[in-house]
Amino acid sequence: MKLYELTIEEAHKLLKEKEISSQELTQAVLDRISAVEEKVGAYVTVADELAMDQARLADKAISEGNISPLTGIPLAIKDLMCTKGLRTTCASEILENFVPPYDATVIKKLKKLDAVIVGKTNMDEFAMGSSNEHSGMKITHNPWDLTCIPGGSSGGSAAAVAADMCISSLGSDTGGSIRQPASHCGVVGLKPTYGRVSRFGLVAFASSLDQIGPVTKSVTDAAVMMNAIAGYDAADSTSVPKETPDYTSVLNKDGLNGLTVGIPREYSEVEGLDPDVSAAVKDAIKKIQEMGAECIEVSLPHSKYVVAVYYVIAPSEASSNLARYDGVKYGFRDKDKSELTDMYRSTRSGGFGPEVQRRIIIGTYCLSAGYYDAYYGKASQVRTLIMEDFNKAFEKCDAILSPTAPTPAFPIGEKVDDPLTMYLSDIFTLSANLAGIPGISVPCGFSAHGLPIGLQITGKHFNEEALLRIAYNFEQATDFHKKKPSL
Amino acid sequence: MKITKNEVIHVAALSRLDMNEESIDKFASQIGTILEYVDTLKQVDTEGVKPTSHAIFLTNAFREDEEKEHLDRENALANAPEKEDGNFVVPKVIA
Repeated sequence: MKLYELTIEEAHKLLKEKEISSQELTQAVLDRISAVEEKVGAYVTVADELAMDQARLADKAISEGNISPLTGIPLAIKDLMCTKGLRTTCASEILENFVPPYDATVIKKLKKLDAVIVGKTNMDEFAMGSSNEHSGMKITHNPWDLTCIPGGSSGGSAAAVAADMCISSLGSDTGGSIRQPASHCGVVGLKPTYGRVSRFGLVAFASSLDQIGPVTKSVTDAAVMMNAIAGYDAADSTSVPKETPDYTSVLNKDGLNGLTVGIPREYSEVEGLDPDVSAAVKDAIKKIQEMGAECIEVSLPHSKYVVAVYYVIAPSEASSNLARYDGVKYGFRDKDKSELTDMYRSTRSGGFGPEVQRRIIIGTYCLSAGYYDAYYGKASQVRTLIMEDFNKAFEKCDAILSPTAPTPAFPIGEKVDDPLTMYLSDIFTLSANLAGIPGISVPCGFSAHGLPIGLQITGKHFNEEALLRIAYNFEQATDFHKKKPSL
Repeated sequence: MKITKNEVIHVAALSRLDMNEESIDKFASQIGTILEYVDTLKQVDTEGVKPTSHAIFLTNAFREDEEKEHLDRENALANAPEKEDGNFVVPKVIA
């Protein structure tokens, strides 16, 4: 038995029965990281010593009879959630040496459950990207084909899970950044409803869209992680004071009777939809029907405007959020400049990579005098129409099925100089962020070249249970999640 | 061209970013393509549609004005590139 291959569920069982210790498990994961990190490049920082310290504490807790579902489980954290005393870079040179003086709320929660944090995973700089090629730190490779991108922006988290370099991980999703890399790496990724998980301590990209969620080896693990991180937090004024269910309670193989799933008519017209992806998703829909769900056609008439709306709103919010990196309070400063504005400009131009600068420029332009109404104002109105489309669709169905991404993972370098083409690959994921609804990606097949394909299930606000129920039944009826990349 | 080089220079200045000639050209062309694509939004009739800035309808999040756990000065300054006597240091602002 290779300990690093275990799921949370399996590892928990062995820890509870004292078959293994957290120190053994954590060491196995750290050894695995040492063995394959050079090929995959999933981590910005590996916290060997801290992890072993936490594992020792976890073993002590277990020996005293205190075990939570995450006690002693080695987890990887996307490098934009603040971890007290552990460098948090956002994969940006501007934060290269930033050591947070506090923990994000999700990290506090994980520590309280005696989870083990093995390291911080690579990402597109400030979460801006769909391929991890915009990391200011390193390139992450897809474990299924090292010449391909892992997806982004939580590409490091997804690659680490797929390559068994952690048991499970946390990512963040602003326009698909959990679901798309999960799809490309053949793992499970869940973006919760906006407001379900506290964003306190998550470095902000686009505040009305960002949400933290799990990237895991199984649907069960996603539910376990949600139980750990979900819930109201007074420190995040946008978190919603609503009771959190036990997400594992919906994980049973009762089939899908009584559920209605919608297939958006407009999604079949998406340009550039890969035939392997289309075929795998059609098979998945058939399977879900066979398990008892009623399948109907729904319409999301404003789907074709989703990319345009997103690429106004997200850069606009980013341009405002990233104003804080001024070389004064934290991060890089160009110390050669003796005049304040020169220092700001030189610090920011030297510290931010090209994609981040591009988005700051777009956002500032869309918010600037004379253009605000035509761009930000207009996009915010069309956002309302996109939300209304979903509200109408969800009057008739409990969940909507689609591909997570229009193609399997593409080769590194293919789209990096063509931002618009890269943005268009987010077509299926962006709308969930604009509408604030939850979405999950589960493995549903492989391309002819052996690259994973993901099925996306989106649902009503605060109804993650429906997604987990469908995803779990689908997973249990299929074998896609059992296949592992050979490294 | 959807966005001129001069506009890129103006917006870069607003954003406190320095741009060299090469970046200005590249950005004008790339951002021009993106903005042209964004112009498809003009096809949508939004007469009377309220804008959405936030997908979940929450009203103001009030709480009692009480002192809670917070960063002390030393920790708040811990990552400052330059500090002195418990303050952030910036280049001279007034000549």
